[in-house]
Amino acid sequence: MAEMNLIQAVNDALRVEMRRDPRVVVLGEDVGRFGGVFQVTVGLREEFGADRCIDTPLAESGIVGAAIGMALYGLRPVAEIQFGDYIYPAYDQIVNELAKIRYRSGGEYAAPVVIRTPIGGGIKGGHYHSQSPEALFTHIPGLTVVCPSNPIDAKGLLASAIRGEDPVIFMEPKRYYHKSRADVPEGEYTIPIGEAKVVRSGSQVTILTWSAMVHTALEAAQKGEAEGLDLEVVDLRTLVPFDEAAILASVKKTGRVVIVHEAPRTSGFGAELAATIAEKAILHLEAPILRVTGFDTPFPYTLEHEYLPDADRILDAVGRVLSF
Amino acid sequence: MSATEREAAELHEKSRLPEKAELAKYYHQMLAIRRMEEALAKAYALRKFGGFLHLYIGQEAVAVGALATLKPEDYVIATYREHAHAYAKGMTAKSIIAELFGKATGCSQGLGGSMHLFDASKNFLGGYGIVGGHIPLAAGTAFASKYRGDGRVTLCFFGDGSVPQGAFHEGVALAALWRLPVVFICENNLYSMGTPLYRSLSVSDVSQKALAYGMARDRFDGEDVVRVRDRVAEAVRRARNESLPTLIEIRTYRFRGHSMSDAGLYRTKEEVEESKKRDPITFGRELLVRAKMDEKDIVAIEDQVTAEIEEAVKFADESPELAYERLAEFTYKE
Repeated sequence: MAEMNLIQAVNDALRVEMRRDPRVVVLGEDVGRFGGVFQVTVGLREEFGADRCIDTPLAESGIVGAAIGMALYGLRPVAEIQFGDYIYPAYDQIVNELAKIRYRSGGEYAAPVVIRTPIGGGIKGGHYHSQSPEALFTHIPGLTVVCPSNPIDAKGLLASAIRGEDPVIFMEPKRYYHKSRADVPEGEYTIPIGEAKVVRSGSQVTILTWSAMVHTALEAAQKGEAEGLDLEVVDLRTLVPFDEAAILASVKKTGRVVIVHEAPRTSGFGAELAATIAEKAILHLEAPILRVTGFDTPFPYTLEHEYLPDADRILDAVGRVLSF
Repeated sequence: MSATEREAAELHEKSRLPEKAELAKYYHQMLAIRRMEEALAKAYALRKFGGFLHLYIGQEAVAVGALATLKPEDYVIATYREHAHAYAKGMTAKSIIAELFGKATGCSQGLGGSMHLFDASKNFLGGYGIVGGHIPLAAGTAFASKYRGDGRVTLCFFGDGSVPQGAFHEGVALAALWRLPVVFICENNLYSMGTPLYRSLSVSDVSQKALAYGMARDRFDGEDVVRVRDRVAEAVRRARNESLPTLIEIRTYRFRGHSMSDAGLYRTKEEVEESKKRDPITFGRELLVRAKMDEKDIVAIEDQVTAEIEEAVKFADESPELAYERLAEFTYKE
């Protein structure tokens, strides 16, 4: 074990996998000499050389397209998109080429590409450095969508993503790059994709969340404890495929659900979870499912802390499902 | 070039057939592609399959000539008008027609259909229906072959309609920047669907785009299969031996519409008829006559092609339908 923050944990996963498998290459804007805008790829160019830690021009469609070609040829590319907000120029490549090639080729080819990108607000990034676009990828069959909240999960899930056979969108909560620290297993370490984790056990209300909001939900649960509340927090960790069994088990235990995400409410991934719970466990519910989310506005610069769900907004929803 | 590479190149030269036999092979391929597509058009009219069908008729010398320069391990990636490239890369008419019919025996198991021909055993990386979307992928495969040092070349085909796309510029720029072993072949058939070249590009000489990226370029007419072969061969050599990309613009013409629903109102009948005077198949046959191949041998090729395509259509007709149970297969690795 070694204490690491999220940046160091992702770096460690990349390093371990690159040592393990010469097919793994990293590419993206400033990932080489600069070490990445958040220093996630620092030292990789020095250890593995410029042809395995590849600086690219500012061309997201080209980066993802080239990564797909590399994967078709048998490499295991890990592309970094510098901010989640910059992923849209590559959206066509991701949706039309990356996600579909195994299917439309009848399994002749597959593109096991990992696309890493930092998401979320809270760093005064404003409109173009704060978005949470995960739902846009959960709607695309063929993609796996992973959203870790902490260093341990980030390392283990990224290693699994790199070793997997399908393309993965791997979204990192940039607000917790430095703040989230933990003892992370050293060397080779994987966590299976598709498993949620109950990060706090409780009996009264299930809070379903992922990425940076896990920390906010835990803060709310702690605050609630002082008021005599017993809240369960489930970190989904993977959105596609999401851990239906774990979610339903928690819902059946508590009978009350609050879903928390940072992205705008409308068509956010919370809607999918609410629909699934309604379909599969409605008779276990004691109250309507509530969502605490970002607002349906562009991500605000000045008012970002009003936009982002916080412990009080979560506890307000908890109060409403408990008093229903 | 290393000693091993030189030996491999010499061996490849030797493996080439004598010129007359090469010409016969090209004629066979071009004619088979033509007859296959005519059969597809007929089947489409009979509603054996629906959706889209983009015929390559008129452009056959480009795919056949260009692919004649490759080794089996080289990669080819193409557009939605890719039946010819698939066939010239060694895929069978059976597997191609069955795929378009949506049959389980198709090259993509009937899950793709038109625009989605793939064959990993032939290193045919597929058809791509999003115009220009595949061009960055070619930079990726070429990067991978350079990374592995296995001397393979990627040939990437696209039309003039791809050139205004950002993906074209991003893919070409990466290939030039990273000095990758890839040949970009723009099959300029003068129309982006119904819009003529002069209304979609401010500079109609597509090869000039190479200048901005510091890339070698070439530009020529594509009705003569031998010219296509020899000019593309230079670019393939550059890719294989010097790891440098080339942008080639081959001027060509499609005799049929963009797709089957194209009424062709954007060009005159006279223009289309005039272009048919430069039919690559007619030209390919003349090459055989000039090479003093007996008429009966030429006819034998033609009969062989007729039988091959008839058999392929029959195979596709008789192949089983895709089972419902296979709907979700291949969305993910199970």
